[in-house]
Amino acid sequence: MSADERPWASVPGGLAAAFALLLAAQIALHGLRAPALQAAQRDLPPAPRAETLRLAAFGEDAAVARIAMLYLQSFDLGGGGTTPYQKLDYGRLVAWLSAILDTDPRSSYPLFSAARVYAENPDPAKSRLALDFVYRQYLKSPNTRWPWLAHAALIAKHRLRDLPLARRYAAAIDRYTTDPSVPSWARQMEIFILEDMNELEAAKIMLGGLLASGRVTDPAEAKFLRERLEQLEDRLRERSRP
Amino acid sequence: MAAVRRLVYLPTAAIVGSFPAQRAAIVCMHATLALARTTLLEARRSGLPWLGLASLLAATVLAAFMAQVALTESLQLQAALAAALLRACGAFLVALAVASSTAREFADKGFEFMLSLPLSRTTQYLGRWLGHAASAVFVAIGFSLPLLLWSAPAAVAHWGLSLAFELALVGALALFFSMAFGQLLPAVAASAGFYLLARALGTIQAIVQAPLLESDWAQRGARWLIDAIAFLLPRLDAVTRTDWLLYGTPQATEYLAALGGLALYTVLLLAAGLVDLQRRNL
Repeated sequence: MSADERPWASVPGGLAAAFALLLAAQIALHGLRAPALQAAQRDLPPAPRAETLRLAAFGEDAAVARIAMLYLQSFDLGGGGTTPYQKLDYGRLVAWLSAILDTDPRSSYPLFSAARVYAENPDPAKSRLALDFVYRQYLKSPNTRWPWLAHAALIAKHRLRDLPLARRYAAAIDRYTTDPSVPSWARQMEIFILEDMNELEAAKIMLGGLLASGRVTDPAEAKFLRERLEQLEDRLRERSRP
Repeated sequence: MAAVRRLVYLPTAAIVGSFPAQRAAIVCMHATLALARTTLLEARRSGLPWLGLASLLAATVLAAFMAQVALTESLQLQAALAAALLRACGAFLVALAVASSTAREFADKGFEFMLSLPLSRTTQYLGRWLGHAASAVFVAIGFSLPLLLWSAPAAVAHWGLSLAFELALVGALALFFSMAFGQLLPAVAASAGFYLLARALGTIQAIVQAPLLESDWAQRGARWLIDAIAFLLPRLDAVTRTDWLLYGTPQATEYLAALGGLALYTVLLLAAGLVDLQRRNL
């Protein structure tokens, strides 16, 4: 106790009791509200415009775009989320991804999520929405966004079983990329698509190529891709069992 | 050392001895530096270093926590989040330190006492700002260091230097409003409003210039008004950019133009503050 403080006994008993009571009420109120708040978050709200996000960013567009991605992610990846991503309204989801990408066009997070998470939805209609988003955004910057379209081509072939769509995406990589650093396997994606290989083999080649080219440097992304590859291996192993 | 003494010190001393105007200028400079040192010492003894340290810790921990749930760009997320938080905290802390120091001086009548000393108002004003600017530079250096965990040293150096310029501007801004209002709350509110508007104005301009909006007279009037305000405010959205930390250093011309803009506006604020102070009947 410092010299400018009086002892605890100098606090009136009624005041101390009222303080304790109010603190308990606050904790109880919060406990009651928490489930209600979670339930209210069942639906993804309509996406804001990119200008709105930029206005809220006060010049910190890169930071706000990434925080918005974490917010969007909270609707699907467990961790308290009540809605698995398969049930999300994909119209709204794509609008969110577009707004976030417009806020920071150099971020790869929205395209990564669209190609690697949302496009893997078992519902073909929803998966096509995500793939179409990747394709449209790829056309705006082919030299930086081709890895996501390459993955989209694989999804189109192996998950949707839509060979014309997969070839269209693969051909777009060859046609629109001009950067000499784009690897040859990506430019020859169409041949790669036409070859008779299963999803795991194709994914292994693509991931190996991405890692070899030094494009996957982020530890979180490398971990995520490794886990996805293991999941794919497990699934194919289960399928091949008699 | 002997050469320096012979070539610089002795001729200077001779000039000072010969011309009273030069002597007066040197005395003013010494007084300005002494006041700056006092202001810096006051900032050091206030809660500023501890609050700066707490901000540093909070931003770093929060960024690390958020990165745990990121699927990709986890390093970029940490850098962007920490930089955004530290920039905002830096501006807030510097503005608050300047405004509270000035308000206390007004309340204690310390400012009036200082005016009774044989020091010009310009010397007093500039000395105070110089001290606050020095503490802003220390804050900028401290806030830049953790970013080295996630970004390249060159990018962090660009960002940190820009932050130092920006915080020095915030110091000049807060000093101007503190001197004008003489009270803490209006000074902090005006500084915060001005700062936030300057950071958002680029986006506001882009919104009002969108071709989708109807081009009636009200729309044109709003656009004209926003453009007119933009002429009077510094481009804070073009400086201390997180992009530099994530995607590489800016082009030299762009960077120098941004820093030049900050320096020019800081001098403008100092001139405005001096005009206001000279007109005051204290």
